[in-house]
Amino acid sequence: MGIAAQSRWWQPRWWQRWRSSPLGHSLGRDRIAQVALAVLLLMALAAVFAPVLAPFDPYDPRSIDIMNSELPPAWVDDADPQFVLGTDAQGRDLLSAILYGLRVSLLIGLCAVMLQALIGITVGLSAGYLGGRVDVILMRAADIQLSYSTMMVAIIVLAVFRTAFGAQLYSDLAVLMLILVIGIAEWPQYARTVRASVLAEKQKEYIDAAQVLGYGRLRIMFRHILPNALSPVFVISTVQVANAIISEASLSFLGLGMPVNRPSLGSLISSGFEYVFSGSWWMTVIPGLVLVVLVLVVNVLGDWLRDVLNPRLYKGS
Amino acid sequence: MLSVRGLAKRFPLAGTRRWWRGDEGLAVHAVNGVDLEARRGEALCVVGESGCGKSTLARLVARLIDPSAGEIHLDDQRIDTLHGRELWPLRQRVQMIFQNPYASLNPRMTVQQTLLEPVRLHRSSLSQSEAQEHIEQVMRSVGVDPSWGARYPHEFSGGQRQRISIARALSVSPELVIADEPISALDVSIQAQVLNVLMEAQASASLTYLFITHDLSVVEHFGDRVAVMYLGRICELAPARSLFSGARHPYTQALLSAIPRIRGQHQPQKLHGEVPTPVHSPSGCVFHGRCPLANARCREQIPVLRETQPGHTIACHAVEEGRD
Repeated sequence: MGIAAQSRWWQPRWWQRWRSSPLGHSLGRDRIAQVALAVLLLMALAAVFAPVLAPFDPYDPRSIDIMNSELPPAWVDDADPQFVLGTDAQGRDLLSAILYGLRVSLLIGLCAVMLQALIGITVGLSAGYLGGRVDVILMRAADIQLSYSTMMVAIIVLAVFRTAFGAQLYSDLAVLMLILVIGIAEWPQYARTVRASVLAEKQKEYIDAAQVLGYGRLRIMFRHILPNALSPVFVISTVQVANAIISEASLSFLGLGMPVNRPSLGSLISSGFEYVFSGSWWMTVIPGLVLVVLVLVVNVLGDWLRDVLNPRLYKGS
Repeated sequence: MLSVRGLAKRFPLAGTRRWWRGDEGLAVHAVNGVDLEARRGEALCVVGESGCGKSTLARLVARLIDPSAGEIHLDDQRIDTLHGRELWPLRQRVQMIFQNPYASLNPRMTVQQTLLEPVRLHRSSLSQSEAQEHIEQVMRSVGVDPSWGARYPHEFSGGQRQRISIARALSVSPELVIADEPISALDVSIQAQVLNVLMEAQASASLTYLFITHDLSVVEHFGDRVAVMYLGRICELAPARSLFSGARHPYTQALLSAIPRIRGQHQPQKLHGEVPTPVHSPSGCVFHGRCPLANARCREQIPVLRETQPGHTIACHAVEEGRD
């Protein structure tokens, strides 16, 4: 069997097509993007399989022993090897808490961005294609939304919700509330990006052709314009995921995010923060590092994607 | 078949409207009272320089934009007042071919999808395989290999793309095809090929063309009748042969003399000045500022199209008075 035949055997058609596409080609040459993608996939897998991977269940109070509190990571003297990354003030295994926290952070980040994209794309597409009064009203609404910072909106909404419905209901619905708040506060980014590329596509003659052929508005908007207006959306999505994760972490750090018994990365950092000055640095530094690495790799991938999909470089093909 | 009466289109200039003073503001008069008639089965060419409103005329007739004044009739039906759903039957009868073959096909749709979509919508009675057969037949008739169906527009050259656009327009079996400079973005070597495709389609499907161009040699080759436009108005409308042998409007004469010739002594007739802006159209005849024959009447009174010979109409006071 020749080498060529052998290499085809484990390279199915979709893999060859991916390698010859601009994205696959560029990824094959960009070491940094490869590393970032590998780290991100690793973290995503760790988050998805957290219940399998984690040595303890941090949501189960019975597995927590207060006698184990404030144990340092395994590589420090007088550590318990049972707890690889040490324990927190309640005696929770930090590794398990981080794996579950990563899961919560990623879930909130991705779902919030999906919500942003859903609202933003619909609004941007309608504003850009329909134009006129619809455009003015929708885009002024976006301006108004943008004039409030995400954090301000989130803090007010979450604080009001907590006072109105009590801490118990709040902690039950925390994930949903965070997704809604972060999703709704940031949709104008999408709306503006989509509107700009819709305006550019709308000028092109294939849209005139679609109108002369009598296609309906919805068909033209969703089947003809949208697929051609999506590549900037992919690019901002990565940045938005990173932003949403940071927003969630900030809110949790301020005590308005995930409750302490179901921690996200932000609430882990927050609850460990009080112990930094007593020498228990690991409780806040390790989840902090995980957060920094997560946001960094997402941003690196976003930069790479922006370079590859840059419409100015990509136009010719 | 197609008849256009007093058609006008104004594009308001943004920021010049003073609604609190009841002032409608300035506007570009892209098309300014055009009368035109295309007979079934003929190729009516509209020529003119850039900015004379010929593309706007095409877009008006295709109902891509609404006219500010005037009427458009297709056979016995008035079509400029139709909107939305009412236009649906018309869309099958009137199709358009565009100038830029690189922008007129959706880059995310295969040739197959591009051609099948209109057929499935306009002829929903056809089954999947009948529709497929129909588009393959159309593809063959314009020299597009049916095996190209699975490929995307960026894999084709300009000429090939333009033939795909023509196939898309022909796929719904239209009666009137509006072609807005369909060959001016193509290589000279490809232009003749695409022109032949258009002429063959006309012969086999008895199409009527409204053919917009600025290339007079194409008109000579292709057109049955020619309308010459200047600044949103038609100044001469004549059978192609009669126009090329005996143009009488001073603007048409200048335009024809600008065609480069290889043989013989040839002195192009020069026009002085610039085309006035279509925002402040000149009073009277729009051409009077540059016309060698203009007099006081030309500056005040708008000339109308008058028949000088059978089929040959001219809008010019000088020709009418025999001053030319």
